[in-house]
Amino acid sequence: MNRLKLILLQVAVGLGFLLLWHVLTAYPILAPTRQTQFFFSTPLDVLTRVWKEFASGEIWRHLWITLVETILAFAFGAGGGILFGFLFARRELLAAVFDPYIKAANALPRVVLAPIFALWFGLGIWSKVALGFTLVFFIVFFNVYQGVREVSPVVLANARMLGMNERQLLRHVYWPAALTWMFSSLHTSVGFALVGAVVGEYLGSSAGLGYKIHEAESVFDVTGVFAGMVILSIFVILIDYVVTLIERRLLVWRPAPSTNGQG
Amino acid sequence: MPASPSTAAVSLRSVAITFGPKVGGYTAVQNIDLTASPGEFIAIVGPTGCGKSTLLNAAAGLLKPSYGEVEIFGARLHGLNGRAGYLFQQDALMPWKTALQNVAVALEPKGVSRKEAEAKARDWLRRVGLAAFVDRYPHMLSGGQRKRVALAQMLIRDPEILLMDEPFGPLDAQTRQIMGNLLLELWAANRKAVLFVTHDLEEAIALADRVVVMSAGPAAGIIGEFPVPLPRPRDIAEVRLEPAFHHIHKEIWASLRTEVQKAYAQGEGASS
Repeated sequence: MNRLKLILLQVAVGLGFLLLWHVLTAYPILAPTRQTQFFFSTPLDVLTRVWKEFASGEIWRHLWITLVETILAFAFGAGGGILFGFLFARRELLAAVFDPYIKAANALPRVVLAPIFALWFGLGIWSKVALGFTLVFFIVFFNVYQGVREVSPVVLANARMLGMNERQLLRHVYWPAALTWMFSSLHTSVGFALVGAVVGEYLGSSAGLGYKIHEAESVFDVTGVFAGMVILSIFVILIDYVVTLIERRLLVWRPAPSTNGQG
Repeated sequence: MPASPSTAAVSLRSVAITFGPKVGGYTAVQNIDLTASPGEFIAIVGPTGCGKSTLLNAAAGLLKPSYGEVEIFGARLHGLNGRAGYLFQQDALMPWKTALQNVAVALEPKGVSRKEAEAKARDWLRRVGLAAFVDRYPHMLSGGQRKRVALAQMLIRDPEILLMDEPFGPLDAQTRQIMGNLLLELWAANRKAVLFVTHDLEEAIALADRVVVMSAGPAAGIIGEFPVPLPRPRDIAEVRLEPAFHHIHKEIWASLRTEVQKAYAQGEGASS
């Protein structure tokens, strides 16, 4: 009952927003409709455009490209983050020596790297993967680093007393602990992989969702821009849903997840 | 090397443990001489913060004594004590493994095959009364059940020495009694040398062959050793009602009381 009420309220907010948008653009309340429609388009036009994009099949190619970039960026970023997170957590000296450089690299806004990556890797998918990688890598790196270092000392002492050697400790204690932390940042890092892909496409490419939005923007096609944003949102929600499913499957051992409503 | 019957399972000789700098550091325990024979159940009692756990960690090899020696079956201890099992006060199970996996993994360092390890783990979980809970993760188990899993995890390796650091401390009184009886039952079936640390004198007497009393810290030492000549098998709840139990309790409490008061006074002083 409570859940139903919540869903109804959520739908009501969405419909209310669409209605407000419709009323303000369909009638000359704030400004002449020609003007408001130029700047804000209308909800009906946007939805029709979204429908057309899917119906004509034109959008699938772009979605596919963006999805591939996102997955590759996530895979490489997470792989690198896990590897270096582990290495640095287990080798104090390495962590201490590289600390300032890692902080500096992480503080750099990644957008400024996009042109460089375009120069290095061309306008194809790899420059977008590289941009996404720089975003995902640091999130996973810091989480894994933290996870390995904050393994419960009691669990560790117990595993040692059970006679585990370094390799067994790695496999049964450090690795699962690090994975937990990585998965707790899964939503964020997958989101950033997508951001990297879309921003990369936006700044220079010939395919992908970011390209579609940029293309529409360059001819002041506001309807096209909003349609691109709607498609992007649907795409993000779907990806996030898949991540939640994966997370649930992999972290069955965790106590009931706190209700911070990420999924 | 096979140990002759007369060799002590654990022998601490003039052990002192200091934390921090060698000079001016905090000395937890000092002048500790303690010997546990194979098959002997020793309980160590003392006021809070007297370094009982520190002593246990020295016997486990988790801590290196600043002074003195630790000998295990006559051989000087270097690094971790591979012949001992350790039951921690806190939860020490791997939260990402089920009860079965937690127990079975204890056999991996011994090179036992996975299949055999799981079969043995299943058997051990049955012996601690958790046959129906093998596939539960630690967070799905109660505190008492988690302790049972930890007990099975320790015993499946068949260690020759059992080190227990207030293992039943966090449990409620009834669960403690049940766990105490379970421990005695398992121990009676296959006697090991036991060092059992507790702050509960009644628990110590009910379980042990010998009760060792420590003074209040810092620089705590052993101030008395009392044999417990109560017959076995014992029932933890019933043994407390026997006159002999009261007699022993009175005797030990006489030496423990002043130390507890001392520790209490220090605690009060520190907190004000």
